Amino acid sequence: MSTGSSVIPTKPWKASNKQRAIDALVLLVALLASFTVVAVTPMKGKLAYFAVFFIAYALLTSIFKAQQRGSAAAKDALVNSLVAIGAIVTVIPVASILATVLKNGLPGISFGLFTHDMALATPTDPLNNGGLLHAITGTLLLVTVALILSVPIGILTALYLTEIKGKFTGPIRFLVQAMSGVPSIVAGLFILSAVLYPITKSYSGLMGSLSLTILMIPTIARTAEEVLNLIPNDLREAGTALGGTQWRTVAMIVLPAAKSGLVTAIILGVARIAGETAPILLLTGGGDRVNPNAFSGPMGSLPYYIWKSFNAGSPEAITRAWAGLLVLVGLVLILFTSARFLGSRKAAK
Amino acid sequence: MTFTAIKTPTPREISTEPRRSDRVFRAIVTFGGISSLVILGLIALFLGYRGFEVLRQEGIGFITHSDWSISTDDAGNVLESHFGLAAMLVGTILCSLIAVVIALPVSVFCALFLNFYAPNWLKKILVTIIDMMAAFPSILFGIWGFLVLMPSVEYWAKLLHRYFGFIPIFDMQVPVYTRSPFVAGVVLSIMIIPIITSVSREIFSQAPLDRIQAAYALGATRWAMIKAVVIPHGRSGVIGGAMLGLGRAMGETVAVFTVLNIVFQINWQMLLGAGGNVASLIILKFGDASPYEIKALMAAGLVLFLLTLIVNGLANLIVKTTGKSGR
Repeated sequence: MSTGSSVIPTKPWKASNKQRAIDALVLLVALLASFTVVAVTPMKGKLAYFAVFFIAYALLTSIFKAQQRGSAAAKDALVNSLVAIGAIVTVIPVASILATVLKNGLPGISFGLFTHDMALATPTDPLNNGGLLHAITGTLLLVTVALILSVPIGILTALYLTEIKGKFTGPIRFLVQAMSGVPSIVAGLFILSAVLYPITKSYSGLMGSLSLTILMIPTIARTAEEVLNLIPNDLREAGTALGGTQWRTVAMIVLPAAKSGLVTAIILGVARIAGETAPILLLTGGGDRVNPNAFSGPMGSLPYYIWKSFNAGSPEAITRAWAGLLVLVGLVLILFTSARFLGSRKAAK
Repeated sequence: MTFTAIKTPTPREISTEPRRSDRVFRAIVTFGGISSLVILGLIALFLGYRGFEVLRQEGIGFITHSDWSISTDDAGNVLESHFGLAAMLVGTILCSLIAVVIALPVSVFCALFLNFYAPNWLKKILVTIIDMMAAFPSILFGIWGFLVLMPSVEYWAKLLHRYFGFIPIFDMQVPVYTRSPFVAGVVLSIMIIPIITSVSREIFSQAPLDRIQAAYALGATRWAMIKAVVIPHGRSGVIGGAMLGLGRAMGETVAVFTVLNIVFQINWQMLLGAGGNVASLIILKFGDASPYEIKALMAAGLVLFLLTLIVNGLANLIVKTTGKSGR
C-alpha cells in the first residue's frame, strides 16, 4: 500500500510474442508448401491442397515442438492437428449440403409453387407449370396422422419407464432402443404385409402414417423419458403427500412440469419423420393432386415429389427436386430450431 | 337439551392397495409401454409369415445364393424362381463397413475436439450443427451425394486404385468407378458421423474428472491425458457407438439406392461399380414385382430386420454397460 507501486500479475501460461510469431510462420509455410506442391507435382484439386496443407502443418508443428520440448510435446501437437481435422471434416458436408441446396433450390422457388399441384403438369414441364402444394399438404397430413397415433404411445411408454417402473422396465427400455434402429424400409414392408395387403388393399395416406408412427414412437419415447427423468422427485413426493393418487400426481404435476420438454420430444420426432422416403414410396401411392383425405386415394408428399422429379432426370425436373429439397430442409430446420429453442428455455429456468 | 349423537365420519380405511383410478392408470400406461414389444414382435411375425413360402422353398440358399430371377407364364403363374440374398448381404456389409471405417476416426477425433479442445462457444455451435446433421432427411444425402459428392469420390477412388491397387480390396479388373460400394460407403459415413460423434462425446464427457486433473497435475500433455484416462474409459463405449452407426448404415435405403449400382453377383472389390444392398433391392424390385416376388422381398426385409436388430441390440448393451461402469 505504502509503496504505491502495483505489481502486474504475470501470466506465464500465455503464449509469448515469439511463440505466436512461430505459429503464424508455421501456418504460412504450410500454406506455401501446399501451393507449391500442387503447382509442381501432377496432383490437382481441392483434396490435394487440403491434404498437403494438413500434412505440412502437422509435420512442422510437431518438429518445432519436438525441438522445444521433446517427443511428448510433438505427439501432442500432432494430435492437436488430427483433432482439428476431425471437426473440420465433420462440418464440411453440412456446409456443402446447405450451400448446394440453397444454390440449386432457389431458382425453382416461386409463388406459384405453393399454390399449384402437379395434377396438370409433369416433372419435365417448364418450371412455371404446376407446383408442390399437393406435396406440402400431403406431408402435413401424413405427419398429423402419425402424430395423433404416436404421441400417446410414445408418452405412455416414457411414463411407464419413469413413473411405473414395473418389472418390464429393463426389457422395454432395451426394445425401444432397438426399435429406433428399425430400418425405415422394414417399417414400410411391415405395414404393407400387415395392413395394406390383407385389409385395405389400396394405397393411402393412412398407410404411410402408420409406418411413420413406428419410426416416430422410439424418438418420442426416448426423449420424453429423458425429460421426465429430469423432473425432481420432490414434486412427485409432494403430490403424494397431499393425498393425490398416482394418476392425479402424474396428470396434474409431473406432465405439466415437463410440458415444454415433451413438446421438444414431439418436435424432434416430427423432424425425424418429415423427410422419411422409403416407406412413403412403398405405401402412399404418390398422387399428383391435392388430396385432403388421408384415408383413401393416393397421397403426394414432399419426399415422393422430390424422388419422382429426381428420377425424371431432365434439368427442369432436377430443379424441381432441389426446390422440393429446399422446402423440406427448411421445414426440418424450422422444426429443429424450435425444438432447440424450447429445450434451451427449459434448461434456463 | 338433548344431545343428538354426532355422526362421526368413518375414517378412510388405510391400505397400500392402489385405488381404482390408479389401477386403470397403471393398466393404460403399462399397455402403452408394452406396445413397443408388440410392434417389434408383429414386424417379425408378419414379415416371416409373408415370406415363409419363399424361405421354405429356398431354404438356406436364400442367404447363400446370389441369383434373383423369376419367370412366369402369361397367366401369372410362377414357372421358375431363384431368390438368393448373398450378393446383397455382402454388399450391405461391405458398404456399412466402409462407412464405419471412414466415420469412426473422424467422429472420435471430432468428439475429442468437442470435449477437450474447443472453447465453449465453438462447442455449442458444433454440437448444434452435428445434431442438425442427424436430422437431415436421407433423400437429401442421397441426391447431394449423387450430384455433388460422387464426382470427387470417383476421383479419390482412382487415386486409391492407382497407388494402392496392389491391396486386393482396392484392386479391380474393369475400371468402372461410378456408383461403387466405395461411393455408397462415403455417403453413409457422412450420415453416421453425427451418431458416432454424439455417442462418443457422451461417453468421453463421463471420463472421471479427478483422474483427468491428476494426469494434468503430473505434467501430462493433453494427448498424454487422453491416452491415459479418456481412451481406456471410453473405448468400449466408442465401439458401441460405432456399432450403432453400423446398424443405421445397414438399414439405410434411399441414400444408398441413388448412389449404388446393384448387381446380383458377390463383389468384394469396393472400388468397382457393382454392389448390393438389401434395402435398395427392396425399393428396386418393388415397383414391378409379382405377388410371389413380393413374398421374397418380405423375406429379405425379415433378414434385414433381424440383422439390424442384432447389431443394434449388441451396440446398446455395450454402450449401456460402459455408461454404468463410468459412474
